Amino acid sequence: MNSPCDPVPKTNAMHTGSVLLTNDVGLHARPSVKLTQLAKRFGAHIEFARAATGPWVDAKSPVKVMRFKAAKGETLHFRASGADAADALSAIVSLVQRGFVADDEESAQPPHG
Amino acid sequence: MTVSNVGIVIVSHSPKVAEGAADMVRQMVGDSVPLAWTGGNVEGGLGTDVAAIIAAIGRAWSDAGVAVLVDLGGAETNSEMAIDMLDSGRREKVVVCEAPVVEGAVMAATESSGGATLDAVRRTAEELSPT
Repeated sequence: MNSPCDPVPKTNAMHTGSVLLTNDVGLHARPSVKLTQLAKRFGAHIEFARAATGPWVDAKSPVKVMRFKAAKGETLHFRASGADAADALSAIVSLVQRGFVADDEESAQPPHG
Repeated sequence: MTVSNVGIVIVSHSPKVAEGAADMVRQMVGDSVPLAWTGGNVEGGLGTDVAAIIAAIGRAWSDAGVAVLVDLGGAETNSEMAIDMLDSGRREKVVVCEAPVVEGAVMAATESSGGATLDAVRRTAEELSPT
């Protein structure tokens, strides 16, 4: 993991990381779905918040993620625990950094709406 | 298409609403979820049709089950009637979600795309409704 926003494990159990929302619409409908879908690929318990102190939202809950409504310029704080927590955090931070364009998407058009 | 994911059926009085909601699911969630829509009555007007709902359930069939999203009144009662008319092996694997049809379809499909159970898919869609 060599990304500029490397998640730093604070304890053995909990991995944390934060990342700035840079895509124009922020965490809107399509980005929310992508974040949820990516989180669900991991066994780890993954949560995020507007502040490092919470309140925390389950990243695997489509409805809670959709209701979060973070805007461009806000920082999302993530925390994850479980066997694949480090990988999960790295993948999610990377998704946000790419403006929610999926790894396998060829299109130069970033998701919006 | 991953047939192990729960299927989603959209039932609206309006074929345009049903098709549009299905378009949103496909664009936002992707192709990993079986999806079908139906809307309008046999005369081509606004309404719902039991036989068409049964056919839509068949198109979206998954062994993990099918979650049906409906709009108003007759869409719900006709969907329940359609489920009652399914073979006994399938009947218990289809549920009608108490959720707004467009948002519910997108949320249910998002949950399904992660491999969730039918019960989890329904709970996610119903999280949208005021309690």
